[in-house]
Amino acid sequence: MQHLRQLEDQSVYILREAYKHFDNLAMLWSMGKDSTVLLWLARKAFFGHVPFPLLHVDTSYKIPAMIEYRDRLAREWRLNLVVGQNKQALAAGMNHTMGRVECCTALKTNGLKQLLENKGYTGVILGVRADEEGTRAKERYFSPRDKHGDWDFRDQPPELWDQYKTTFPPGTHIRIHPLLDWTEINIWEYIKLENIPFIDLYLDKGEGTRYRSLGCAPCTTPIKSTAKTVDDIIEELRHTTTAERSGRAQDEGRGMELLRKDGYM
Amino acid sequence: MTMTKIKTPENLNIVIVGHVDHGKSTLLGRLYADTDSLPDGKLDKVRAICKQQGKEFEYAFLFDAFLEEQEQGITIDTARTFFMWKGRQYIIIDAPGHKEFLKNMISGAARAEAALLLIDALEGVKEQSKKHGYLLSLLGVRQFAVVVNKMDLVGYRQDVFDGIEKEYREFLGQFKAVPSQFIPVSAKLGDNIANRSTTMSWYSGPTVLDTLGAFSKEAARSEQPLRFSVQDVYKFDARRIITGRIAAGRVKVGDHLVFSPSNKRANIRTVEAFNIEPPPTEGQAGQSIGVTLDEQIFVERGEIASHQEHLPSVSTAFRANLFWLGKRPLEKGRKYLLRVATKEVDCEVAVIHRIIDTMDLAQQQGSSTVNKNQVAELTLRTKTPVAFDLSASFETTGRFVLVDEYDIAGGGIITELVHDDQEFLRDEARRRDFAWVKGEVTVEDRAQQYGHRAAVVLITGGRHTGKSFLARKLEGRLVADGRHAYLLDGENLRRGLDADLSEEERGQTTEMARRYGEVARLLTDTGLIVLSTTNPFGLAYEEASQAIRTLVHPAPVIAVHMSKTEEEPPPNTDVTLSGPTDFDAATARILDELKRRGVLAQAIGAKPIFQYSI
Repeated sequence: MQHLRQLEDQSVYILREAYKHFDNLAMLWSMGKDSTVLLWLARKAFFGHVPFPLLHVDTSYKIPAMIEYRDRLAREWRLNLVVGQNKQALAAGMNHTMGRVECCTALKTNGLKQLLENKGYTGVILGVRADEEGTRAKERYFSPRDKHGDWDFRDQPPELWDQYKTTFPPGTHIRIHPLLDWTEINIWEYIKLENIPFIDLYLDKGEGTRYRSLGCAPCTTPIKSTAKTVDDIIEELRHTTTAERSGRAQDEGRGMELLRKDGYM
Repeated sequence: MTMTKIKTPENLNIVIVGHVDHGKSTLLGRLYADTDSLPDGKLDKVRAICKQQGKEFEYAFLFDAFLEEQEQGITIDTARTFFMWKGRQYIIIDAPGHKEFLKNMISGAARAEAALLLIDALEGVKEQSKKHGYLLSLLGVRQFAVVVNKMDLVGYRQDVFDGIEKEYREFLGQFKAVPSQFIPVSAKLGDNIANRSTTMSWYSGPTVLDTLGAFSKEAARSEQPLRFSVQDVYKFDARRIITGRIAAGRVKVGDHLVFSPSNKRANIRTVEAFNIEPPPTEGQAGQSIGVTLDEQIFVERGEIASHQEHLPSVSTAFRANLFWLGKRPLEKGRKYLLRVATKEVDCEVAVIHRIIDTMDLAQQQGSSTVNKNQVAELTLRTKTPVAFDLSASFETTGRFVLVDEYDIAGGGIITELVHDDQEFLRDEARRRDFAWVKGEVTVEDRAQQYGHRAAVVLITGGRHTGKSFLARKLEGRLVADGRHAYLLDGENLRRGLDADLSEEERGQTTEMARRYGEVARLLTDTGLIVLSTTNPFGLAYEEASQAIRTLVHPAPVIAVHMSKTEEEPPPNTDVTLSGPTDFDAATARILDELKRRGVLAQAIGAKPIFQYSI
């Protein structure tokens, strides 16, 4: 439990730094376990309040239960929910059969970029974790994006002690990553410790399968699992040798690397 | 399925540093593979990419996420990996060693609690290894082991290993750094990483894995005196919560806190938290907390709360060791933003004492710039007083970064307090504020009634520049607008309050300015906007205005400088008026400045910025 409180203290500090320095700040919420823990940490940091909007980039292909859960929590926790969608790409018929990376780029990366541009957000808080996937392991807590939303991973500014990059030229924005040091197990341990409501797609409901990572319905497959409680999930993860995002189709080959350089979350 | 309950009682941040090609990624890959810590997906994916590119698989590739890296065979940026061993979770930071190494190595090492420093047995102790060792020490990483890699390439010879150990220990000894261990390994072949080497029977010390296990968790700083730097003040609901992370020591409900440099004081009424039952009543080092106080004092971000018996230093200058990472060199006299804990203030480099050559620790004097990747000893001077500590006593409040334009461009540790000429007055102000007897009416009550906060408008300048005329005009305008303003003329102190001074003493600035400042301090406590000129001090206006500032702190001082021709205004001047003065325009500019500083309420709907109190 001590290690979870240490992670919590660090994330809360980062969230408060973000809130102090960015006038136009927003948090990305995908309703998955990570960004929901992030949302909970915001309520911790701001004593029950969430003083910035929550953005959901809706690809229209999300699993329906996720949208129900989103709207319920938004009501109960009095969240300022902002939903964005790349309507132009959808109208043109974009879907995963046109290429997974192409579809992610159009509906998620470009959907996000449109949303950021329209609302003029200069700070965006995301729930990415270093242990999820190789490119995310190289992120800073405060990571600048250029005018096109691109990430120059070759020339990242230094990040010293608890001093972060909070000033930036006009037209650029900063991605803020308070969960960088959390692992998948930490997320579930914390959900248990704090009793955070999560979406039950993560649990086996008697069919011997559950989702380990949530995304769009066509590109996310459940894993074989009999985990019916959070305790079961934690126990399962202690013994697993399968990668967390193995059920996420866009990770194949160099997919994530290409996506993230261009501003994918 | 066996239900063995594994506990994860702590996290430990480890950084691996070393020159490019010395085998950091290989060491890491080996460590994971030999302890069965890799997810299946990872190994398969990397093997597949290697096959596709027609390359032989190497352990290093496991942690080189980007294709560009694999193509160049180097690690581009600091990466975090996670590793569980014997109930402890390690966050391992792989810090790259190529040309941009310093920035990334420092970013990695700055968040580490322990380090593994790699040296190539074939190359021996080179410049990079020395620089790394010196920087680890400067960054405060005191716990580290030296891993001598590629022993297979020197025939596993003990004399090579012993030679490197001797040379490197001598170098580290110059700045009192003591590694916990020297370990001979071959990361490529797996000698002494997780498994004991069979080819180096002459070595009986621990393996790399054993060494990680022997690193201890950072000693809790809870036993030190309290340092709690204010991060933000929230008022989302009825509670006014002061938040921050406790850098050292502990706090509990009822504690009497002193905030530096404003010298404000109050007791902790509650410790606030979300979803914790029962609510906490205390906090300790490392925790991000929120407290409410028993009095409505206005403290701002950057102040350091402590207990009264162990106060931090306050000054406008300190001496420091700094490493510079900026794209353009650090220059003497140029303005930078200084950040110490949560405090942000403009500063300039007053003196560059010497550049330190990390190769042989020789000192090079007489430079007016510090180039990228250089380490220097210098004195910094801040625009307003800052609370800080020496890094030898308090790590978090004893280190700082400098921001150049948009980027953090350097960092350092504070080695010495530099006494400035305001020290005596600042001590007087501190003693006076600690003993100040308050009535029932608070500063906030007065501000509510008056529709503005207290402030001092201080008009400086040479003789016959129109200072008095402007002060009178401003007083008239403010009172006509319904503000509570008062012109404090030095002449009125001269014959009364200063009557006990000899003619000679009355001709000197020091005591006159002290008395003037104390009177201004009293008037600001009544909630007035005090209009003053430095007329009584003649041409010694710069010295006098410094003293007045120190004594009325933290009430805002709006400094106005008047001159007949273009001239350099004193430091920290807010409004400069030179040439023939248009007094209506000058009045309007000062009123705007009062609004901007949050003294006068802005137009309806604008967010007032109340950043100080008395």
